[in-house]
Amino acid sequence: MDSPLEQFRVKVLIPLHVGTVDLSFTNSSLFMMLSALAIFLFLGVGLRKKSLVPGRFQSLVEISYELILGMIRDNVGDAGKQFFPFIFSIFLFVLFGNLLGMIPYAFTFTSQIILTFGLACLVFVAVTIVGFLKHGVRFFKFFLPSGAPLFMAPILIPIELISYLSRPLSLSIRLFANMMAGHTMLKVFALFTVLLGAYGISTVLLNTILIGFEVLVAFLQAYVFSVLSCLYLSDAINMH
Amino acid sequence: MDMEAARMIGAGLAVFPLLGVGLGIGSIFSNLIQSVARNPEARKELFSIGILGFALTEAVALFALLIAFLILFK
Repeated sequence: MDSPLEQFRVKVLIPLHVGTVDLSFTNSSLFMMLSALAIFLFLGVGLRKKSLVPGRFQSLVEISYELILGMIRDNVGDAGKQFFPFIFSIFLFVLFGNLLGMIPYAFTFTSQIILTFGLACLVFVAVTIVGFLKHGVRFFKFFLPSGAPLFMAPILIPIELISYLSRPLSLSIRLFANMMAGHTMLKVFALFTVLLGAYGISTVLLNTILIGFEVLVAFLQAYVFSVLSCLYLSDAINMH
Repeated sequence: MDMEAARMIGAGLAVFPLLGVGLGIGSIFSNLIQSVARNPEARKELFSIGILGFALTEAVALFALLIAFLILFK
């Protein structure tokens, strides 16, 4: 019997080496492409009719659009509207990645730390650059909150700095660990069904409930990733 | 002590912080219920803040789980 962690192994589908760089097409890349394709289909088919009173599928697309637009307006304010494509892309990519992983025998690419770390670093670097572009050198005042007395600066500034630098780390580990732990838990409970043999029928209800919970976690983690990106963006644009 | 046994004990110890996480999540939702009881109009807004708080606290639980996995399977 395989260990429950076997499902996270990245398998090479088409080997491709350019010099010393390994650019092989793996099952992870395949599912990333499928996720992008699914997003195109979702948006394309949903917005095809363009009716003023939306049908069911167009409503879904409009709901996801308004969810992210409302999130940006609430957290960042009107100055953040230009970042809508960025946040919307991140939200849909993570959401479809998580959801595609719920299909049996599919690979959850958001359970790979390198992908979530890449996304989190992208958000972190983008937000820091936006902060520097908007405020110049005064961006460093972020690490010394305005009400604090000056003698506390040697203690406060390193703490604030470390907490700022740990943002991409926590953002990436949150998504990665949720996905990995969720799928490992599903695998372990499914293992009980197999091990019980004929009496495994008693575990079917529990497994179904857990799968439903995992779908909820998929939506939740995509939402939380986007909300935190909006909050970090708002820290860079406002709050100075 | 045998390495495998030490691994098992380490992984078991690594999940103790989940006590704090359980308390934290319960606290968030208990406050959410109380606030909604005081002001049912604000339900939607409070709920999204509650979900954000829940996800942030859950992240700490998963940091602990991550350590447990690293100990068990490295």
